[in-house]
Amino acid sequence: MSTREISVTVNGTAHRHAVEPRLLLSDFLRHTLGLTGTHVGCEHGVCGACTVLLDGDSVRACLMFAVQADGCRIDTVEGLGQIGALNPLQEAFHAHHALQCGFCTPGMLMTATDLLKKYPLATDDEIREGLSGNLCRCTGYQHIVAAIRTVKDDA
Amino acid sequence: MKPAAFDYVVADSVDAAVAALGRGDAKIIAGGQSLVPMLNFRLLRPSVLVDINRIPGLAFIRDDDTSIKIGALARHHQLETSPVIARHFPVLAEAMRHVAHLAIRNRGTIGGSLSHADPAAELPMMAMLLDAEMHVARTSGTRTVAARDFFRDALSVGLGEEEIVTEIVVPKLPPHTGWGFEEVARRSGDFALAAVAVTLTLSDGTIVQARIAITGVAPTPRRVTSAESMLVGARLDRGVDDDVIESVRAVAEPETDLHASADYRRHLVGVLARRALGAAWRRAA
Repeated sequence: MSTREISVTVNGTAHRHAVEPRLLLSDFLRHTLGLTGTHVGCEHGVCGACTVLLDGDSVRACLMFAVQADGCRIDTVEGLGQIGALNPLQEAFHAHHALQCGFCTPGMLMTATDLLKKYPLATDDEIREGLSGNLCRCTGYQHIVAAIRTVKDDA
Repeated sequence: MKPAAFDYVVADSVDAAVAALGRGDAKIIAGGQSLVPMLNFRLLRPSVLVDINRIPGLAFIRDDDTSIKIGALARHHQLETSPVIARHFPVLAEAMRHVAHLAIRNRGTIGGSLSHADPAAELPMMAMLLDAEMHVARTSGTRTVAARDFFRDALSVGLGEEEIVTEIVVPKLPPHTGWGFEEVARRSGDFALAAVAVTLTLSDGTIVQARIAITGVAPTPRRVTSAESMLVGARLDRGVDDDVIESVRAVAEPETDLHASADYRRHLVGVLARRALGAAWRRAA
């Protein structure tokens, strides 16, 4: 199987690996780098659990190949904060009980990070629309919307 | 769900991409937001993937006097937020907000959406509405295709196996043009059950040019030229004639699927046409 050498910077750390072209970015993060914070739900771009930032923009890690990320900066949920030093969005999720089983949470956090950067989010409807590509089967979204609202209003 | 193995070629120019397409069963990858799911499901098993994302200078949105030129690698989110698009084609900016979700719009390209030609997608419908032209590169130079000749059938366009869309040219709208865009989908970001986009150009308070495009209700996006002609010379201060709405419904050829019945879609496209025409009239007046 032919492989290709790629260099990526993930959460500020440079990595160099030989990858098969068909290796999804999501599998590269989880299996090659051991960063299992990025979750894999549907593997066809519907559930949003694998959302990461590619050069600062949110993308589905299951809808691109690791080889395409050569030379790029990737940020995953592991880069947001540390245990004991959560970032304000993570703190808000904690305070508002914006997660139950936690499966969708990494994708929610990475999506919300990009939404907060790109949209005014003046209304809760706008937040809900922004989250419509991330499926959560526990929370009913109410607490997630409240957490993002808090971060927006505190900013 | 993992794709079958493929060779991977990074094209650094349009010429290199076209040349690489000659290598067996090759497929272009741009944003990949429709292609990669099909690869993951193994609905497609190309032997070579030609990545055009690194071709420089293909992601532009440029004001070119009488038209706006958009590079094939411009992303949906770029169109959604571009001041040039907001100024000249607010209907296009509005339509982009209905395309999937931010993470998809960050990545999906205009050239990719047009070439993929999903029957319920917004960009092909916009190309039809705005009489866009596609610039196509091939081994022996380039050619131009009008949107109306481009969309052949569901997921089928007038592109040869070794051709690639490089640029879209969208003629500017005349002054005193209003627009309307209406879409209904099951959930925010889903493909449209039906969508209607309209422009109306007024002179002395009456319509001198009307354009109506529909999507989600036929194998390809369609213009409703019958209704467009009926509207020329008309005013809409007292609403839209039922004849106009009926002719929109007559052009629709919807199918029943999991999401909605054909009857419902046909009804819906008329309702949306009435709303979109009303909005366009108010904006133009």
